[in-house]
Amino acid sequence: MRALFLALLLTIPLQVRAQQEIVIDKTATATRVIPIALNGFTGEVASTLKFDLEVLGFEIVDSSKAQYNVTGTTTAHVEGRLIDQVTKASLFAKRYNASTRRAETHALANDIVSQLRQIPGIAHTKIAFKGQTGAQTEIYVADYDGSNATPITSDGALVAAPGWGPNGSILAYTSYRSGYPDIYVQDLSGKREIIAKYPGLNTSAAISPDGKWVAMILSKDGSPDLYVCRIDGSSLKRLTKTRAVDATPCWSPDGKTICFVSDSRGASGLFLISPDGSGMRKLRTVGSGKPTEPDWSPDGTQIVFTSQWRQFVICVVPAAGGEVTTLVDGEAPSWAPNSRTVIFSKRKQGRRLLSLLDVPTKRIKDIPQSLAGSSQPSWAK
Amino acid sequence: MNTAKPFSLLILGSVMSFGLIGCKKMHTGVTPIPSAQRSAPEVGIPSGPVGGNPGGQDIGAGNRFPGGIDPNASNLATDIDGNTPLGPRDIEGNYILDREAFADQTVYFEFDSSVVSPDQKPKLEAVVARLQTDPAFHLKVEGHCDERGTDEYNRALGERRALSIREYLIAMGISADRISTISYGEDKPALFGSDELSWAKNRRGEFVLLIPKN
Repeated sequence: MRALFLALLLTIPLQVRAQQEIVIDKTATATRVIPIALNGFTGEVASTLKFDLEVLGFEIVDSSKAQYNVTGTTTAHVEGRLIDQVTKASLFAKRYNASTRRAETHALANDIVSQLRQIPGIAHTKIAFKGQTGAQTEIYVADYDGSNATPITSDGALVAAPGWGPNGSILAYTSYRSGYPDIYVQDLSGKREIIAKYPGLNTSAAISPDGKWVAMILSKDGSPDLYVCRIDGSSLKRLTKTRAVDATPCWSPDGKTICFVSDSRGASGLFLISPDGSGMRKLRTVGSGKPTEPDWSPDGTQIVFTSQWRQFVICVVPAAGGEVTTLVDGEAPSWAPNSRTVIFSKRKQGRRLLSLLDVPTKRIKDIPQSLAGSSQPSWAK
Repeated sequence: MNTAKPFSLLILGSVMSFGLIGCKKMHTGVTPIPSAQRSAPEVGIPSGPVGGNPGGQDIGAGNRFPGGIDPNASNLATDIDGNTPLGPRDIEGNYILDREAFADQTVYFEFDSSVVSPDQKPKLEAVVARLQTDPAFHLKVEGHCDERGTDEYNRALGERRALSIREYLIAMGISADRISTISYGEDKPALFGSDELSWAKNRRGEFVLLIPKN
């Protein structure tokens, strides 16, 4: 026994040191799957912690194979200690105090992620999506892992395309409650207003990062075009005038550019335009099928989108345009606030479900399904 | 009929009506539709704000006829690109919605296309013929898509399909303000299969006839 322990002490540090020497630059660190062990956790705490870490590209392994070890208890409150298996140093030890075990576990996961990935945790964040129960659809808000899913509409009508305002305080979405697709803006207390109910199509609302403006697709002037208005629906301005399909706008994090899809100018593609309507230009997406549904990463560096070519594939392209990186099968991607994780939807045997993608490692984690169908996710940021 | 023909007719007619209305502020290329309805009474130049204002008025503002009803012609001007704005949609409460009237006239589209193909045109002629029997009839065009596009792209594509159909009907003489559009994207498929037959049946434009209640 003692001999085995000594052997482990000798071999593991050497192995890990060798790995650390190879891994030098930050990109390589980001793409590396981190082996981690969890000890002392049970039940919901154990499963929640496992899920939270796997989403961020950790692999839960036996202690003997782990680079880091999390030890803890789940008695009165969640306690956790993060240990570097190489140095045996304790990186932190905390006891969490929140209203639920689940919240305490998410806080522990966030601490581990920020310590080992050098990015803010996302385990406490919220998502919105289009949820389906039977023939009905409503807009739902849930924790990022799908738990605590709650409908925020009760329109009994077709709804679609939720998009968050800054700080997760308000949501814009489309509802056919009036018989036609209108754009609503709703705060989470339930108060809502219709901000666009023009003749024809009103959809694909995207709230600007400062919360003051909404980009959207309207057809009132005879073709689906891109428009911007204030958050209360005033000061409507038409940005594009095409006879083609314009669709799915999103904002750059600095609010200075809108990225959207257009079929104008021949082949369809992603376009960039200023919110004042100037400077429309095509974004180069080399190696992509037909791109739709762009979402700009919060750090401004990348745009994730759905490439449409017989099937749906999630891709990323640098925000300046260029070579496309193909990630996984899926559609409707939305970045997490960490600019690393993406939520998307996929179709499985006629059903829609949500999944989480760790972009650098391309690992995916399906969100447990509580409804008949879930699609069009938007991550609060 | 090719696609260029109706628009050239539109432009020709527009030039003629432009001279009649004579609005000095109007942008070049903003052409009112010559949709003096064949069945509508000929009342000449409409009275009201325009007639009472010798200085002329910008018809682009859309407020020329309070209530949005022009006794003579649609005030929905086709722009230089060929896009015709949509009229008020909150009229449906005054109509009976008849979905059966044009059940055989559903227009089908090619994949990811909003072009009305020549073999679908006879259906549009049947719709026009019916609308011309009573100028009080309105029409709602519903655009739909198959499941092979993303949700919001399809919502825009479905609208583009409905608008393409509407443009043909306008070119065939139906006033623009009699036709409204709605898109359901891929949310209301006619068939639920994931095969070529279902997709072909789902890429469609359907018509709802609006018959006045009184």
